Amino acid sequence: MFFGIEWDTSSQWAFAVSIFPILLHGLVVTLQATVVGFFIALILGLVLAALKSAPTRFIRWPAKLVTEFIRDTPLLIQLFFLFYVLPEFGLTLPAFLTGALALGVQYSAYTSEVYRAGLEAVAKGQREAARALNLASARTFTHIILPQAIPRIIPALGNYLVSIMKDVPVLSVVTVLEMLGVAKIIGDRTGGYLIPLSMVGGLYLVMTIIASFGVRYLDTHLPKRGLSLK
Amino acid sequence: MNDATDNRDPIIRFDKVVKRFGDHVVLDELDFEVQRGEKVTIIGPSGSGKSTVLRILMTLEEINGGVVYVGGEPLWHQRKGESLEPAGEQHLRQMRSHLGMVFQQFNLFPHMTVLRNLTEAPVQVLGVSKAEAKQRGMELLEMVGLTDQASKYPHQLSGGQQQRVGIARALAMRPKIMLFDEPTSALDPELVGEVLNVIRTLADEHDLTMLLVTHEMHFARQVSDRICFFDKGRIKEQGKPEEIFTAPKEERTKAFLKAVLDPDD
Repeated sequence: MFFGIEWDTSSQWAFAVSIFPILLHGLVVTLQATVVGFFIALILGLVLAALKSAPTRFIRWPAKLVTEFIRDTPLLIQLFFLFYVLPEFGLTLPAFLTGALALGVQYSAYTSEVYRAGLEAVAKGQREAARALNLASARTFTHIILPQAIPRIIPALGNYLVSIMKDVPVLSVVTVLEMLGVAKIIGDRTGGYLIPLSMVGGLYLVMTIIASFGVRYLDTHLPKRGLSLK
Repeated sequence: MNDATDNRDPIIRFDKVVKRFGDHVVLDELDFEVQRGEKVTIIGPSGSGKSTVLRILMTLEEINGGVVYVGGEPLWHQRKGESLEPAGEQHLRQMRSHLGMVFQQFNLFPHMTVLRNLTEAPVQVLGVSKAEAKQRGMELLEMVGLTDQASKYPHQLSGGQQQRVGIARALAMRPKIMLFDEPTSALDPELVGEVLNVIRTLADEHDLTMLLVTHEMHFARQVSDRICFFDKGRIKEQGKPEEIFTAPKEERTKAFLKAVLDPDD
């Protein structure tokens, strides 16, 4: 029994059917971790991207260093740091939040590069026109550069959303009961791993396909308002 | 300023201005003046520093030496007692408000409607109300003959129309000096006329100071009070259009004009 749901080991089919709702509990957690992690990656990545294109190198270089550090160290190490080391300094976060934060921090390094590339793709003349019109640099960024960069950025970000979803199982090592963790516990308790793990794989396949379609839909239907992206 | 013999009042003055890109000297101790209300056209071979003059004035390019004055105030410097120090952003913003620029590639904001292109900066920078900015924007569109295009996006317009919007957008900030950086060079030949007509109207009806870089010699001759021929980062020759176009003194000027006016010879 798990999440108050009994499994039925009378046949393999019955077993699969009976654990399906249990796995769905895990799936919800997986999706939650994906969304929260992605959201953190979006915001933090934007901050990093802005810092990396700051006018002074005293801001640029540390930001680049942080990005490089995050990107070149395994997600698992960052996760362990947040989960085991931070409490030593008196900061204890719930496992779920720790996991989502680790994902978000890890992927902010990637999203910041996506932002940067998207921002640099906006023609130099746009900045010059904004400067000639005396628009403040913050306004130029939020209302001239960003709206033109976003349609280029969205598809690449979507791909990272799928990647984050596929990295969520790592959180099971810090006791987050996402789908894989749930499947493993079912296996531990029943001795049958094949069916729960296969079902997790299958569910992942379905989710990634749906997400990929979503990204493609967004890409083609995004309002580009006067932008031609070539 | 208290020089009794100096009765002119240049709104733009380049004092031994040096501009380098790496080892390449673009402006070589350039001395150059434009009087208030004067329409000046800069001509010359490519790479002679024509556009750089405009870009320095619009604060898009820094200078490497000398001083540029706009309205008597140093553009790239701030006065500190007797001496001049490199200007901060505050000063540059203040100085920039005197100038408007029209770009070769138009540089309209593609994600904003035509009208929004004209109202964005007045609302954000000058603090004009949206309603007022729109009204003024529509007046400017009327001036450039594009009132029916107000709600379109730039890519829906022809190049000539886009450039007319570019001119209106610069004017919306009420500059004293208008800079035109090869405004028709990116246009199909049949669209050049409509843009030149707008510039001509501006030149005739306003007391704007205008500084124009162009390859349209016929047009330059019509609208300019003075033609400056640039060569190798300096003014090689300058004078009234009739003098320059009919009786140039310098060999270099003659060769250039011959090349651009009778390209088939």
